[in-house]
Amino acid sequence: MERVILHSDMNNFYASVECMLNPELKAYPIAVCGDVEERHGIVLAKNYKAKAKGVSTGEAIWQAKQKCPGLLIVSPHYDEYMKYSKKARAIYSRYTDEIEPFGMDECWLDVSGSTRAFGSGEKIANEIKEAIKFELGLTVSVGVSYNKIFAKLGSDMKKPDAVTVITQDSYKEQIWGLPASDLLGIGRATTKKLASYGITTIGQVANWPLEFFERKLGKCGVDIWRFANGLDESKVTVRNIEALDKSCGHGITALQDLEDSVEVWKFILELSQDIGHRLFTFNKKATGVAISVRDNELFTKQWQCKIPLSTQSPSVIAREAFSLFEKNYSWKHPIRSITVRAINLVSLDYDEQISLFYDAEKSSRIEALDKAIEEIRSRYGYNAIKNATLLQNPKMPSHNSPKLIMPTGVPQ
Amino acid sequence: MKFKKVYVTMIVKITKDGSLRPLSMVWEDGATYEIDRVLHITPAASLKVGGCGTRYTVMIEGKQRDLYDEDGKWFVEKEVPA
Repeated sequence: MERVILHSDMNNFYASVECMLNPELKAYPIAVCGDVEERHGIVLAKNYKAKAKGVSTGEAIWQAKQKCPGLLIVSPHYDEYMKYSKKARAIYSRYTDEIEPFGMDECWLDVSGSTRAFGSGEKIANEIKEAIKFELGLTVSVGVSYNKIFAKLGSDMKKPDAVTVITQDSYKEQIWGLPASDLLGIGRATTKKLASYGITTIGQVANWPLEFFERKLGKCGVDIWRFANGLDESKVTVRNIEALDKSCGHGITALQDLEDSVEVWKFILELSQDIGHRLFTFNKKATGVAISVRDNELFTKQWQCKIPLSTQSPSVIAREAFSLFEKNYSWKHPIRSITVRAINLVSLDYDEQISLFYDAEKSSRIEALDKAIEEIRSRYGYNAIKNATLLQNPKMPSHNSPKLIMPTGVPQ
Repeated sequence: MKFKKVYVTMIVKITKDGSLRPLSMVWEDGATYEIDRVLHITPAASLKVGGCGTRYTVMIEGKQRDLYDEDGKWFVEKEVPA
């Protein structure tokens, strides 16, 4: 049976919620922006009036104001965004329990089992769109297709407040002419690489030989080729937006650029504390570490590696992340922000083979120490105990400063 | 005409099966208005003043009004001169 997958994308989510809560804002171009003093002074979302003037997500506030002199800057209210995100999910759940959130503002829904009760995918999509508009005062774009990738593509094709259907019969005409970068999984670096071979559209990706993608881009290349040919079979994975699934990460933008490895180590260690705490809370262990480094030219690079023995320990995660950084970063530019992620999470009872030369005893001693630190913090607060090296760091934002949460699909 | 969001105190009846019915509303100046009839109940957003919740369309002293239950806080859309 052909699957019926919906992808619902709440249009300009942060800006729309702000305008809905304060309708007087609708008359002006507005941008929801992070805090300038915390070096988060970038546009997180904008309304259509600001978009018409060329304001784009991710650019600095001063750039946005140059393009649009009357731009109103609004601070983000993440608790409200979370509240409306949950309300939207409650509306989706009237039609299916198979809902996979993709950030706060996007969700995939598998309604294959609901069509006999509620009608076709397109009918359900229209009902959801109308319900969200009437009940929440927000608009969504919904893509309807037979796989997740095309459903996501569909929700991007017509905005705002629209439904786009991509069928097995029509997908070639509808999407093969679109730029390759519109396809999920093709980021800036891959777009550049593909363009160097003259591949610029989704249709070209689909019609190029599979071996080419396998050779040039590895496993990701094969996925991209399959996506373009409508062969994605990934399931809508039911999960909670707050619960940890496959990874857990944390990033910080430094108050001033980082100039050497000693400074980077302090940041990685600080980030790992938070990750360790979340792993303890959710009873998960990491089997790999990934880091993402953004330099002061705003260019981002990412690397990842496996950990010899799965762990919850912040110090082990920090050491692995730092050695990954040392191996790969060439210090062409100072660093603006760093993100560390614990990846490929497994449950605590995960069985694994220890390497013959790995000192598991030492590792378990470190874990015991980290557990003790975690217990002290849970009783007396985060600052009750910390690494001496983290005590004074003028480039570190305070632990209580608001975190920057980007809307879906925008790199930090 | 412009509108302003005004939170109000409500007297409500909650039955043993959990359903809720507004009985009267205490306005800004302290005056209490009885709710004569509930015409319609639906989840809805207020496009005039912002916010959303359960909207109770009611009759108060012969006039139709909308009351919003926004996660336990109630508000009305007050008309103010532009």
